[in-house]
Amino acid sequence: MNVRAWLALLGAIAVALAAVGEARRLAARGSRGRRFFRHATASGGLFVLAFFTTVAVAAPLVAPYPPSSMPEIVALRDAPPSLAHPLGTDLYSRDVWSRLVYGARVSLGIGALAMLVALTVGAAAGAVAGYARRWVDPVLMRLVDVGLSIPRIFVLLMAVALWERLPVSALVLVIGLTGWFGTSRLVRAEVLSLREREFVAAARALGARPARIILRHVLPNVAAPLIVSAALGIGSVMLLEASLSFLGIGVPSPVPSWGNMIADGKDQLATAPWTSLFPGLAIAVVVMALTAVGDALRDALDPGRETA
Amino acid sequence: MTEPLLRVRDLKTYFVTERGGGTARAVDGVSFDVHPGETLGIVGESGCGKTVTSLSILRLIPEPPGHILSGSLIEFEGRNLLTLRPPELRAIRGNEVAMIFQEPMTSLNPVFTVGDQIAEAAIVHQRLPRKRARARAIEMLRLVGIPDPEERVDHYPHQLSGGMSQRVMIAMALVCHPKLLIADEPTTALDVTIQAQILELLDRLQAELGMAVLLITHDLGIVAGTSDRVVVMYAGQVVETAATPELFAHPLHPYTEGLMAAVPRIDTRVSQVRGRLHTIPGQVPAASAWPAGCRFHPRCPYAWDRCTVEEPPLLDAGRGEPGSHAVRCWLLTEPRRRTRQA
Amino acid sequence: MTAWLVRRVAAAIAIVWAVVTVTFVLVHVAPGTPFLPPAETPVDPAVLERLRSQFGLDRPLSEQYVRYLREIARGNLGESFALHRPVADALAEALPNTLTLAGAALCIEFVLGLALGVYQAARARRFGDVALGNATLFLYSVPTFWLGLLLLVVFGQWLRWFPVGGVVDVVTHESLPWAGRVADRLWHLALPAGTLGLVGAAATARFERAAMLEVLGQDYVRTARAKGLPERRVVLGHALRNALLPFVTLFGLAFPFLLTGAVLVETVFAWPGMGRLAAEAIFRRDYPVVTAAAMLASGMVVLGSLLADLLYAAADPRIRTSAA
Ligand SMILES: Nc1ncnc2c1ncn2[C@@H]1O[C@H](COP(=O)(O)OP(=O)(O)O)[C@@H](O)[C@H]1O
Ligand SMILES: [Mg+2]
Repeated sequence: MNVRAWLALLGAIAVALAAVGEARRLAARGSRGRRFFRHATASGGLFVLAFFTTVAVAAPLVAPYPPSSMPEIVALRDAPPSLAHPLGTDLYSRDVWSRLVYGARVSLGIGALAMLVALTVGAAAGAVAGYARRWVDPVLMRLVDVGLSIPRIFVLLMAVALWERLPVSALVLVIGLTGWFGTSRLVRAEVLSLREREFVAAARALGARPARIILRHVLPNVAAPLIVSAALGIGSVMLLEASLSFLGIGVPSPVPSWGNMIADGKDQLATAPWTSLFPGLAIAVVVMALTAVGDALRDALDPGRETA
Repeated sequence: MTEPLLRVRDLKTYFVTERGGGTARAVDGVSFDVHPGETLGIVGESGCGKTVTSLSILRLIPEPPGHILSGSLIEFEGRNLLTLRPPELRAIRGNEVAMIFQEPMTSLNPVFTVGDQIAEAAIVHQRLPRKRARARAIEMLRLVGIPDPEERVDHYPHQLSGGMSQRVMIAMALVCHPKLLIADEPTTALDVTIQAQILELLDRLQAELGMAVLLITHDLGIVAGTSDRVVVMYAGQVVETAATPELFAHPLHPYTEGLMAAVPRIDTRVSQVRGRLHTIPGQVPAASAWPAGCRFHPRCPYAWDRCTVEEPPLLDAGRGEPGSHAVRCWLLTEPRRRTRQA
Repeated sequence: MTAWLVRRVAAAIAIVWAVVTVTFVLVHVAPGTPFLPPAETPVDPAVLERLRSQFGLDRPLSEQYVRYLREIARGNLGESFALHRPVADALAEALPNTLTLAGAALCIEFVLGLALGVYQAARARRFGDVALGNATLFLYSVPTFWLGLLLLVVFGQWLRWFPVGGVVDVVTHESLPWAGRVADRLWHLALPAGTLGLVGAAATARFERAAMLEVLGQDYVRTARAKGLPERRVVLGHALRNALLPFVTLFGLAFPFLLTGAVLVETVFAWPGMGRLAAEAIFRRDYPVVTAAAMLASGMVVLGSLLADLLYAAADPRIRTSAA
């Protein structure tokens, strides 16, 4: 690992610390912000997320080697951590740290994008169901019942079994499309309760169209629970991506994702534990951070219901 | 005079509020006595610290955020409850000192039958076998005037009305024949007609069982008919205390006057007062921000400069026995100000 | 109560039917044919055609659908392409192993999770609670299979306390006495069930802690304390009985989690259950097995939530006495 990579790593840490500091400064102004940071783990969680996001964005700077370069397939195979390779190398002599850095792009990216798909579809379906009622509502809601009854991984197994090897974009889509059911229930419930309130009635009386009412009045009101469930949802998508990659049907191999890194290293776990250990820890740390931030957000946005 | 059953001295219960705002001094130096067999009323508006006072006696304050400051004394039959170890304290709770609460519906556990909940204290304190405890529960239900006690004993709380629930609460509290019953706004959540029935029941049971009652209420009207002596609380402090007839005949604190004006028809003297002060303007401030000086001064019609800076001590009104009527008000030192203002 | 039950069961059946339909649709909108072999091995088109007609894939879709439903109703889940045997047989063989694993994991999850959650709530914000809170958060955030791999390496390969895979010791099992065979099974079950159970227990503990904290703040808990009950009786008697009610709904949620986890854990520990069967069927593109497993899993989920509702009704006197 060269000086540039070490500096970039320090830079990423500095950026993350600065981001947390700035967030704390802004948060101190409002009661919500103060409630958020009252959670002991909120700052740490935010730091982890900021750090890995920075690392993912600046991957070419932070990673000392290209993620798939195999410099010495024999001599550097499963080499333990050293100065040159801080997290060791894997079976193909690839640098684990570099792959971890590029893997952050894939894993965080899939998590965020799939969650975005799920949120969009869920919010749309929930809003339509809540607004349309008549036959649309029961049909959509029964669909949600069905969706919630099939364990998500089986749907994904089926999709992968039935289609040819899915490209990553399709994977994101499928994960997102199997994850919107809960969101739609949330949004629908909110729409139903808001429908009857004065300001929506007033907007309707003024002739506003449903789409506008939903965008202007309903969505802002459900933003809080949606943000919380998104934070927690990204974590579960990351775990799901890892599981699929482990089963060999996730992100295809030369592209590093934290999930397929674990899978690649699993047979050497006893002899070269670093190959699987670090990507697993990375997932655990990020999911923990997301959970911590999600809990703190829930408390900050919805103080009535204190949990953790 | 007899030895008091319960002596409370300089009780201070503070809450550390997390959401900014610092320390809530919910109860801030309260003293009073309860003698065997008597009824002591504690009155004050909502937020004055009555509930916190009553919970402090049995150390039921959630800690954290609350804590009772050292220097406070709560003595029951000569023993300081604040220094008792947990098992000794438990032997008193529900056995010698029992308590009923403002919300009977939520104070009963929804997953246990009424009978089980009544019998429980008898099982724990008197080691009654299950069968005997159940018979005792039925007996208690009958005592508190619940029809069909044999059937009711197996009912769950959600099958009872509010008034019935409070009767069950009373049965539960009295099952071990305590020497002191603390009743925290026992009728506030109930309909007016039911209120009267419950008060009557408490009165009857007190006479039958010979216990002392600490009756907490925001309604002076209730106190008038039931209590021997009254403690008026405001902002975590005692502002006036006297025997009931004396208090109604000669209320000295402007706050007491205000409370009386809010009660419909008690006696002539009050109706005079009522002419000028129907309800007290404003409301009880937050416990984390008691006003400086006399805590009542922002709402007091007589307040002058001294009241805003100097906190009055509890002064002896000099009526009857020394200490029998005490008031926390500077008007006592300058009585002329009362008439001038009016 | 009966009316409610009938409605609830009808809804459950409808959901299963919908799941079956969804899988049917998925299978048929998917591109290509299930017999498409790896590209490098050329196949005679006539053979493909014969296979298609053998499996009825040349019929109109509506006919296929009706037949499909009829066969499923009869318990015929079709023929596995790769295993050359009825899917139902393969599943029937795998299912007991999955149920054993899931059952054991469920026990660990509930017993351990409940104990931790209650303990944490009773000492909320003190050292024990914070330490356990961090531990459960970690377990909750860890990929299940990764935890399984770690346990496998540490306890199976390095320490050699437990076997590294399988349901029984294939060499010695048959020769063991009765008790020895049970012990052998439990010994093989320990790591996979432990993995799944630990992850589940972490989630349960987090849930139960919150539920207990909520209940401990209720008026009736104060009443119980005012009665002079020992703290143990207040927490375990009065509070826990109430905090068990929301916990019952968790029972319904545990099924999807357990089945998902089973797919992964079975793969890690070479546990011949339904999940591994499905995961392996993927690679053989053996879709009758995958869809049947998905249907079965959904059926179990629906059954689980039905059971949870029934349990809830039985556990809550407010529902029990009003409906009786
Ligand atoms: N758990 C608590 N945390 C913080 N403040 C509290 C708590 N309980 C009571 N208080 C405060 O103590 C004051 C007195 O409350 P309380 O004794 O309930 O009044 P009362 O019973 O006279 O209506 C109030 O200002 C209330 O906000
Ligand atoms: Mg009160």
